[in-house]
Amino acid sequence: MNVSNALEIVRISDVGKRREHNEDAVASDLDIGLVVLADGMGGYNAGEVASEMAILTIIAELKEKMQRITPGKMLESTGLQLESQALVRAVEKANEAIFSVSQSQPQCAGMGTTLVVALFTNNKLIAGHIGDSRLYRMRELQLTQLTEDHSLLQEQLRSGLITPEQAKYSNNKNLVTRALGIDAEVELEVREFNVEVGDIYLLCSDGLTDLVDDEEIELTLQSLNTNLELAANQLIQMANDYGGKDNVSVILVRVLKSFAIEQHWYTHLVNWLR
Amino acid sequence: MAKLIYSMGGTFIDEFSLDKNRLTIGRRPNNDIHIDNLAVSGEHAVIMTIGNDSFLEDVGSTNGTLVNGKIIKKHVLQHGDVVEFGKFQLKYVNEEAALQAANGGVDDFEKTMIIRPAAKVPAMSAAPTTIQVDAKSTATAKSTTSSTALPKVQAIKPAITPPVTLNQPITISAAPSATSMASIAAVSIAKVAMSSTSSAEQAQKPLSSAPPLPSVPPAVTTSEPMANLSAAPINHAASQNAAVGHIQVLSGASAGKELMLNKALTTLGKPGVQVAVITKRPQGYFITHVEGAIHPIINGKSAGAQAHQLNDNDVIELAGVKMQFYLFKAG
Repeated sequence: MNVSNALEIVRISDVGKRREHNEDAVASDLDIGLVVLADGMGGYNAGEVASEMAILTIIAELKEKMQRITPGKMLESTGLQLESQALVRAVEKANEAIFSVSQSQPQCAGMGTTLVVALFTNNKLIAGHIGDSRLYRMRELQLTQLTEDHSLLQEQLRSGLITPEQAKYSNNKNLVTRALGIDAEVELEVREFNVEVGDIYLLCSDGLTDLVDDEEIELTLQSLNTNLELAANQLIQMANDYGGKDNVSVILVRVLKSFAIEQHWYTHLVNWLR
Repeated sequence: MAKLIYSMGGTFIDEFSLDKNRLTIGRRPNNDIHIDNLAVSGEHAVIMTIGNDSFLEDVGSTNGTLVNGKIIKKHVLQHGDVVEFGKFQLKYVNEEAALQAANGGVDDFEKTMIIRPAAKVPAMSAAPTTIQVDAKSTATAKSTTSSTALPKVQAIKPAITPPVTLNQPITISAAPSATSMASIAAVSIAKVAMSSTSSAEQAQKPLSSAPPLPSVPPAVTTSEPMANLSAAPINHAASQNAAVGHIQVLSGASAGKELMLNKALTTLGKPGVQVAVITKRPQGYFITHVEGAIHPIINGKSAGAQAHQLNDNDVIELAGVKMQFYLFKAG
C-alpha cells in the first residue's frame, strides 16, 4: 500500500574510510511501503553486484506481487499476512538470480549479500533479514533490536559460549552463517510487528554496529529524533570517526501517522447489516 | 594459527598449535597437553578452538586454572594471556589477532564472509569435512586464518563437543626418561639458552604466510590483556581529546550553570523552539543545528545549518540564551 504520507524516510550509504568500493546498497519504495538494505560480499566488484541485484529484484518482484494481493489478509496455514508470503517469494527470486549469476560468471563466483528489509503495510511492519544487517526500533526513547544476526558470534552468544562483553573482543565478528545468493536456497527470517505512530526504525549494515555500540545509537536517536537526516548523518559520522573500517549504511524510517487499510463503505454496511 | 608456548619459570619447554577443535590439558598421560605435576588434576582444563577464537574452560580441577593471575572458569583467550597450572605456564600467542588489533583491523580480514555447515557445501567444493569459508576476496584472503582451522558450525551449538578420542597424546617430555618433573626440568635446562631466544624470535615473527607487517611491534604485556586486545572493542569514550569541552551559561534563568560535554553528543536549547547538538569528535567539538527556525549564533554570527567547529571561549547564542564554550585540559 502507498504509505508516502505516513512515513518519513532518510537513507544514506557511505563507503567508509578504508574501502575503495561501496558494496552496500540501500533503497526505498513508498508506493509499496518498502525499505531495503543489503551488504554485499565478494571479490573485486562482485559484492556490489550481489547487493544491487538483491535490491532491484526484490523491489521489482514485490511491486508486481503486491498489486495482486488483498491488503491485510492473513493466510490461515502460516499465520502470516499475504504480504509476508510475497516478501519471502521476492527474496527467493533474488536469491535465485544472484546464485545463477555467481554460478555462470567466474568473476562473480561466491558472491553473496546480507539483507534487511522492512515492509510497512496496514499499521504493521513485516521485517525480514538474512545475515548480520540489522533492524532496530526506537519507541518512547528506547532502542530495541528486532533482528537477531545470523552470525557465528550470535550462535556463540546464544549457546552461552561467550558473554556479550567477551563478544566485543571476538575475532569472529565478520563470519555470517546465512547469506543471500550463496546457495540455491535461502531462508528469510520473517516477523511481523505492530507499528505505532512516533516509532523510528533503523536499518543498518554491520559497518555501523561493529563500531558504534547500541547505547550510542540510542543516544543519537534520542537526541536528534526531531531531525532524522541529521541523526542518520551523525550515525555515519560516528562510524567513520571510529575508524570507518567498512561501508556504512543506515536507513531511518519515522512513522508520522497511522496507515491502516481504509475499508470501503460497503464493507462497513455489510458488517452493520450482519 | 594461534599457539601455546609451554614453559616453567620462564624456561621454554615446548609449543603447541591450536589446530584442533578441542585440546585437553591435565596430569593423565592421555591429555593432549600432559603436565605431570601433582598440582594439576587428571583432567584439568580444555581449550576449544573455533575459527580464530580459543576458549579455555576449567573442567572441575582441584586447584583451579589461573589466567594472568586470576582464577577463571571460562575464558576467551587473548593474545598474550598466560595460563598457569602450578609452576607451569602456557602462554597464548595469536599474532594475527594482535596485528589486527594493532592495525585497527586489516581490511581483507574484516570482510564479511559466509561460514556454513559442511552438509550444505555444494558438491563441487573441495573440502567435504571442513567448513567452507568463502572468503570472497580469494585473491587476497589470508588463508591461515580461515579455512584450515574452522570446525563445523554444528559443533558450536552443543557448546562442548563429545570428547574426542585422543589417539596422539602429546606429552611434554622431551627426553625418553622424562616422566618426573625434575627430569623434565633438567632436560629443558639444556634448551634454555637457545629456547629463550628462539621463542622470543618466534613471537616476533609473523606466521609464515602472512606478509611481514611493517613495524607493528607485537610487544604484548601480559598484565593487561584487555588493553592490547585490539579487536577494537568499542571504547571511544576515553578517546582522542585530552581536553574536555564545557559549556557555561552566561544569561537567562540558569546563568552560571555548567555542563560537561563528555558524551558523544549533547543537545542544547528548548525543544520545539530551537535545539542544537554539540558532538564530540576526534578533531574536536562541533555544533550543529537540529530544529527551529533560527540557526545557532556563534560569536555574533549565524553558524548556518552545517556543523561548525567550536573553539575555546566561543560564545553560543541559542533560543535567546548566551553560553560560553571552553576547553578544560584534564590533568
